[in-house]
Amino acid sequence: MENNQLATIANNLRKNVVRMVANAKSGHIGGSLSAAEIVATLYFDEMDITKENLKNKERDKFVLSKGHASPILFSVLAEKGFIEQEELMTFRKINSRLQGHPSMVYVDGVDMSTGSLGQGISAAVGMALSYKAKNLDYRVYTLVGDGESQEGQVWEAAMAAGHYKLDNLVLFLDFNGYQIDGDITKVMNPLPLDKKFQAFNWNVITIDGHNFDEIKAALKQAKEFKGKPTAIIAHTVKGKGVDFMENNYAWHGTAPNQEQFEEAMKQLEGK
Amino acid sequence: MGKVATRVAYGEALAELIQKDDRIFVLDADLSKSTNTHKAQEAKPERHFNMGIAEGNMMGVAAGIATGGNIVYASSFAMFAAGRAFEQVRNSICYTKLNVKICATHAGITLGEDGASHQSVEDIALMRAIPNMRVIQPADDVETKQVIEKIANIEGPFYVRLGRSGVARVHDENYSFKLGKGNVLSQGKDIAIIATGVMVEQALLAKETLKEDGFDVTVVNMASIKPIDEEMILQLSKTHKGIITAEEHSKFGGLGSAVAEVLSKHNPTRLRMIAIEDTFGESGTPDALLEKYGLSAPSVVRHVKEFAKELE
Repeated sequence: MENNQLATIANNLRKNVVRMVANAKSGHIGGSLSAAEIVATLYFDEMDITKENLKNKERDKFVLSKGHASPILFSVLAEKGFIEQEELMTFRKINSRLQGHPSMVYVDGVDMSTGSLGQGISAAVGMALSYKAKNLDYRVYTLVGDGESQEGQVWEAAMAAGHYKLDNLVLFLDFNGYQIDGDITKVMNPLPLDKKFQAFNWNVITIDGHNFDEIKAALKQAKEFKGKPTAIIAHTVKGKGVDFMENNYAWHGTAPNQEQFEEAMKQLEGK
Repeated sequence: MGKVATRVAYGEALAELIQKDDRIFVLDADLSKSTNTHKAQEAKPERHFNMGIAEGNMMGVAAGIATGGNIVYASSFAMFAAGRAFEQVRNSICYTKLNVKICATHAGITLGEDGASHQSVEDIALMRAIPNMRVIQPADDVETKQVIEKIANIEGPFYVRLGRSGVARVHDENYSFKLGKGNVLSQGKDIAIIATGVMVEQALLAKETLKEDGFDVTVVNMASIKPIDEEMILQLSKTHKGIITAEEHSKFGGLGSAVAEVLSKHNPTRLRMIAIEDTFGESGTPDALLEKYGLSAPSVVRHVKEFAKELE
């Protein structure tokens, strides 16, 4: 898909993220906005995922390991037509299928229930491992948070993926630099991330996570690279697209009030 | 015949199953010789994956494999499967209702010489508390083989609690395990002993001694701890003066608690729990440990006699 079309989609996703979190009066906005280009590219340019194959247990899969960014996942599922746009407004409310952290039991298209950090990447490794064992060509993608990489399980999973040479697995690391308590290097420094993944026998690519050409090129390189899983360290801006949310960790898990909501939507409408 | 550990029967059953059923994957965490999954590895190496000493990741990987419609048997010691990986089991396997069968070996104090750090006496309580989880503890090799084969065709997560040391065979070849059903091994009338795991053998040994002393007890094997056989428990409570539960597990949250939950709700009955007190185990032979921690057949005999006196 052309970059300008992807940009329109990413902007639609951002608007729905802001609408959902504002409407729910709770949710994780900053780390959803930082991942809009990555998620848009995966669902509209990379993965083979359609209404027809959605219920297939084996197909290309996406695991949102940083499950708190559920607004970006539900937004892209709506953009694909897998869930209704109106349903997005039930997010985080009682009796909704759209849980605060995504549940695969309720929604086809949520490929793994996540939210407890560090667990999604292991499930992605399991999917990729089973496809290899069964000689299936499907690919598995996962989005891991930079703060999430403080979880030991991330590195247990990274070790296993390197050990089993899972070149059908692509990990995006949403390197926006902030977690709920602040700057990741001040809370508990997980850097350098590129060298860590290399040390666990991964192919590592570093990109600007808001640049479609770089995202597409990294995905192409990952597909061509044999014998190792690929980690794409994507430099991103937390809260991207809304100036007062950008690089401000106060927006990790805060909902905008009416005034802030209107200002955020005005900024996104102008893009 | 000689005694066979349930983990050994598990390994044999799994090695047969993996050859018959193409949906099966097996995971282990560097304990495949101990858990006995190495037999499945020998039978079908392309479907057995060693995940190294990383149990949390192993449970997540199991969940991921299961999303593809596969059946995953994941093994480690009970301490690490239910303890170390508790939250991965809860969130990645049970919340998702995925088809993962956690077969945890070396449960309880009869793990023996390795000592308290490896003796899981809390795992039934932990696993029983998770929604969607089913908890089974087979009593012998016959039952273990049936459980391992049958749960492959029951959708969703299971926790199967297996032991390290040999246990006597208490079922004949005609026995058929049913999820949610207890099995009366020996019918008596005074007191009913509801036992699970290694305690089934101890309860049967105790019954023989008690018979000589004029006590006629019923011995039930309650392998299916969740779901539990409410109907049978209530029936036993109506036909006996009192009930004793016997398990190689903490007195908190295990079989005794499960039976108490049923009785207190439907038919309050005098209940005595033979279980591990609020304490850790220690190194020793399985038999020495059973004796010291009050789980041997003579201890069961003593409990029955004391309880009978209380019930007079």
